[in-house]
Amino acid sequence: MNEATRPFSPAARLLHWLMALLILTMLFIGVGMVATVSEWHNWLVGIHKPLGIAILLLAIVRLVVRIRRPPPPLPADLPAPQKLAAHASHWLLYALMIAMPLIGWAMLSAGGYPVMLGSSLRLPPIWPFDPVAFAVLRHLHTWLGLLLFLTFLAHLAAALYHGLIRRDGVLSSMTGAGFHHDFPAASPSTAASAEKRAL
Amino acid sequence: MNPSSRSGTPAGHLGAYALIGATVVLVAAAFGYVGGWLAPHRLTPARLVNQLQATNGGVYPGYRRNHAKGVCVMGYFQSNGQGSAYSVAQVFAPNERTPVVGRFAIPGGNPYAPDSSIPIRSMALRFALANGQQWRTGMNDMPVFPVSTPRAFYQLLQAQQPDPATGKPDPRKLGAFFAGHPETAEFLGWVKTATPSASFADQSYWSLDAFELVDGQGRRHPVRWRMAPEASSTDTAAPAGGDPDYLAADLRQRLARAPLRWHLVITLAQPGDPVDDAAREWPVSRTSVDAGVLVLTSTAPQQSGPCRDINYDPTVLPHGIEISGDPLLPARSAAYADSYLRRTSEEAHLPGTSGATSKPDNRS
Repeated sequence: MNEATRPFSPAARLLHWLMALLILTMLFIGVGMVATVSEWHNWLVGIHKPLGIAILLLAIVRLVVRIRRPPPPLPADLPAPQKLAAHASHWLLYALMIAMPLIGWAMLSAGGYPVMLGSSLRLPPIWPFDPVAFAVLRHLHTWLGLLLFLTFLAHLAAALYHGLIRRDGVLSSMTGAGFHHDFPAASPSTAASAEKRAL
Repeated sequence: MNPSSRSGTPAGHLGAYALIGATVVLVAAAFGYVGGWLAPHRLTPARLVNQLQATNGGVYPGYRRNHAKGVCVMGYFQSNGQGSAYSVAQVFAPNERTPVVGRFAIPGGNPYAPDSSIPIRSMALRFALANGQQWRTGMNDMPVFPVSTPRAFYQLLQAQQPDPATGKPDPRKLGAFFAGHPETAEFLGWVKTATPSASFADQSYWSLDAFELVDGQGRRHPVRWRMAPEASSTDTAAPAGGDPDYLAADLRQRLARAPLRWHLVITLAQPGDPVDDAAREWPVSRTSVDAGVLVLTSTAPQQSGPCRDINYDPTVLPHGIEISGDPLLPARSAAYADSYLRRTSEEAHLPGTSGATSKPDNRS
């Protein structure tokens, strides 16, 4: 059998679900704040900037956690294209988690805006005042944000595919379900009954 | 799919596939709604700026979508300390001198419009505080705005859009708009007496929107402000001779002789004053504080001057000044950002944009 043999570390799981919530919130705030002229606009922009920096810091912590404690391997019987897609999409997610806040920060710097995280906390500029750079970075922020959303959708669909259709322990290695008292893996009988239900 | 795979056949998982598909579609639809793509009736910044372009009769690449014709000014604000009783903003500290990059302009989207074409002038300022924070403000030389809400402003722009048959706004549409919007009464009263001024220098410029000053005890003071000129009103109409750019010429001549000075007059609201309605004036009896002097020392064309790439978003505020509940403020912030992205994209010659031109292109 190719059940995942161990779950993600508690730190990795905590970071995953916290960041899932923050990033999904961030994506909705991002598209929402530029699509309204109501009071929501300034309210959402006020959240977007500090939340982006929080995600940047969490992503760095998460990268360190991942390097120190590598994630459980994918099931050995997962078809190669799916394995490739899984690895590529995860590294894309990491790259975007780190790139998006940095691009946002650089974009505001290039636009000559003070990068305010609150009414008085200000970050220094990381790009010289340059309208051409602003325009490029501002468009990049939109397109990479949409790419991040699409990658998230694929990630969500794949997680549900593993959990509902393959039932191979990949989803539960992140939810922790079935691993609570029975470490390191779900018992063969559980897997067998799962397979029976699946068929 | 490999039949030996433990995942079984797709047909055996129809329900699960349907559930996954429905989840993805639902999340994507929510995203599409929040992002405005699936909300065609929401007033978005892009729709507001599109309407500005339609009302202005075209796009002038590289220029602001409104107040397109303008000129840069440079100088400083010299605080006298009186504002510090109401706001902790560094710009109001006693003897604080804060560098300013500003811009005088006239409303409308045509950067080549004659100065006499409209009786309104504007002053925008960016104060660069020593602590790195900024205060940006955009003011007009009228005490009230025509409307109270972004939606009403959008409808006003629609009513002002030139009729393709005549090339002019349809008077019936304009009449219907004003009849349906009684909040425009104070503005209409002002505009009847307004004439295009011969100078930027002798005008008062009002913040229009209310803001909140926050003092050292955390108390909030709803205020409006204006820049009151030291130059006495010349009371002259547009000069004869046909120079359509007489405002910039007048500014150059005056600044060649001496700096120009305005007093920042902050007016404190009383309970009950409309702090969320820029279409209504406050009673003249309200307490005002003279917080210091704006001194403008030089000017430069906007194509090459330091004001060109500044978005004068009035919600860029330092610690100690905050936005009020005025619904026009977030709309200005959102629409200015959209306009700024359009014109900087044109400056960058990004695909899908018309290239910016720095010289008049003989458009009529």
